[in-house]
Amino acid sequence: MDAAVTIENLKKSYGSVSAVRGVSLSIQPGEIFGLLGPNGAGKTTTIRCLCTLATPDAGRMEVMGISVVDQPRQVRQRLGYIAQEIALDKVLTGRELLQLQADLYHMPRGVARQRIDQMIALLELGDWADRKTGTYSGGLRKRLDLALGLLHQPDVLVLDEPTVGLDIETRSAVWDFLRQLRAAGTTVLITSHYLEEVDALANRVAIIDQGQVIAAGSPSDLKDKLGGDRITLRVREFTPDDEAETVKALLLDLPFVRGVILNAAQGNSLNLVVDREPSALTAVQTTLEKAGLPIFGISQSRPSLDDVYLAATGRTLMDAELAAVGQRDLKKEKKQAMKGG
Amino acid sequence: MSTTLPNPSNPRPGSPSLSNADLQAWKTRQAQTEADPGVFSGAFVQETLAMARRLFIQIQRRPSTLVAGVIQPLIWLVLFGALFQNVPSGLFGESRNYGQFLGAGILVFTAFGGALNAGLPVMFDREFGFLNRFLVAPLASRYSIVLASALFIAALSLVQTAAILALSAVLGAGLPQGLGLVLVLFIVMTLVLGVTALSLGLTFALPGHIELLAVIFVTNLPLLFSSTALVPLDFMPGWLQVIASLNPLTYAIEPIRYVYLHPDWSLGSTVLATPFWNMSLGLSLVVLVVFCGLALGVIQPLLRRRMA
Repeated sequence: MDAAVTIENLKKSYGSVSAVRGVSLSIQPGEIFGLLGPNGAGKTTTIRCLCTLATPDAGRMEVMGISVVDQPRQVRQRLGYIAQEIALDKVLTGRELLQLQADLYHMPRGVARQRIDQMIALLELGDWADRKTGTYSGGLRKRLDLALGLLHQPDVLVLDEPTVGLDIETRSAVWDFLRQLRAAGTTVLITSHYLEEVDALANRVAIIDQGQVIAAGSPSDLKDKLGGDRITLRVREFTPDDEAETVKALLLDLPFVRGVILNAAQGNSLNLVVDREPSALTAVQTTLEKAGLPIFGISQSRPSLDDVYLAATGRTLMDAELAAVGQRDLKKEKKQAMKGG
Repeated sequence: MSTTLPNPSNPRPGSPSLSNADLQAWKTRQAQTEADPGVFSGAFVQETLAMARRLFIQIQRRPSTLVAGVIQPLIWLVLFGALFQNVPSGLFGESRNYGQFLGAGILVFTAFGGALNAGLPVMFDREFGFLNRFLVAPLASRYSIVLASALFIAALSLVQTAAILALSAVLGAGLPQGLGLVLVLFIVMTLVLGVTALSLGLTFALPGHIELLAVIFVTNLPLLFSSTALVPLDFMPGWLQVIASLNPLTYAIEPIRYVYLHPDWSLGSTVLATPFWNMSLGLSLVVLVVFCGLALGVIQPLLRRRMA
């Protein structure tokens, strides 16, 4: 089956900052594809290029077999884009905004009227549809935003961080809705920096870091590929480098330990990949006791997508988030986003 | 974000279907028409009217800018007129009094100011992300964004023009008849379209509304003072005469002023004696139309590149 979306070696820089450095991915029809990565990884830039809001510097992009760069209008007909920030005109009613959207996509009047009623029913906007959007709650705004993005029944729906800033109730409503869309055959591309969101929704995921795809596959494949269980060990709250290395060597000698990664961003905590054995945790504790070393904290778990990220980058997604927050110039980014071009 | 939804039940399986037959048929038709419709198409008309409708709904529900926009030129007319009321007659060309002279100036300046601000709401749309809805839609042409703004500003200008014409008439300036009135409206509309285009061009070229406001501030009043809105050309020092003769506002003001004073006007009538040439009414109109065409042409790459 031909891919619904193909991106090959996409590159995009803003000034001296290269936001996307050779991203390639392929999305099959009818799947939910997750683009996972910390803030500033290049997710939004990739999506802006795909949705014709920014011109890529290099690379090939196709939607339903149509070139994004050569035939942007045809691609726009087939794409639905739901931005991270919900931009509504607060003076207009929901129905008026839906009618505006219908006209932007050149729907004939009769088709539009029927479709608008359908979307109002589907997203349960009810009487709110005829009130000004300035009076809407966060959940209502998101529902109207979804109705707007889906009005022309796009072949591919693109959502940038669909649940950022939403309350838990609305978040799970959005998740349910996206699953429902998939069941009806819509291809969905979401970006997220929430692991659980991608894990819960996506058929396949590409983990993106510093403008590059560092891992791709189904969430369960990615986790299985890592295999085994995870043990997170903190010898001290902040373990000195040499001590961490000593412990690492010590633990690598254990027969069931497959690998150890030092997580410098969390005070040199040790992340162990171990065979799935119930005795593993006790064995590690005993080893440290024998060597006369303390234990600040220890826990065992199945691998998560975060471990996939950790294995590829040597830091957890959360750490990358925190590091990125300090480096970002949000004003500058907004300006660049507005410039598009 | 509010955590209480008015209707908390989630969309769930069994709720209304995601598609319908008419929509499918429409989608199939859309997929088959691959040619870009361009500006001479029903699609262009549809999207333009939809964008303009939004602006009209806004002003209907938030009429303060319209009210202020009508009151302001009327205050100008009364106050400025009174300021120079006692100037000896004859100083202001053929006009019987300053109020009569000023009418054409206020008319053009008001339309110009309105059009110059046309980019501001679009800039806010850009900053709030609403403009992205237009940019990701398969518009027939992005000139619909320009034309929708121009239609809106033109309608506002019509209301303002009517108010100014009426008050001028009450103040004793008279009122052009028949074709003269049509000519006045044509001039105002041409100027509005050209300046709206430039304002939108700035909106897409500048980083944000602060910069846009700065440009509007440094453009607005200097263009007024370097035109013949407030004083006749031969009243000015030589260097200012040169500037005023290059100012497009002058080419809108002088024909209107002439039509006010000469019910027997024709396209060949000389309306302005500049330091370089004598400008006929017809030629003034040509200058305005060319200005408008240039403005629309100049912004084309911005519409394509900045937003594409």
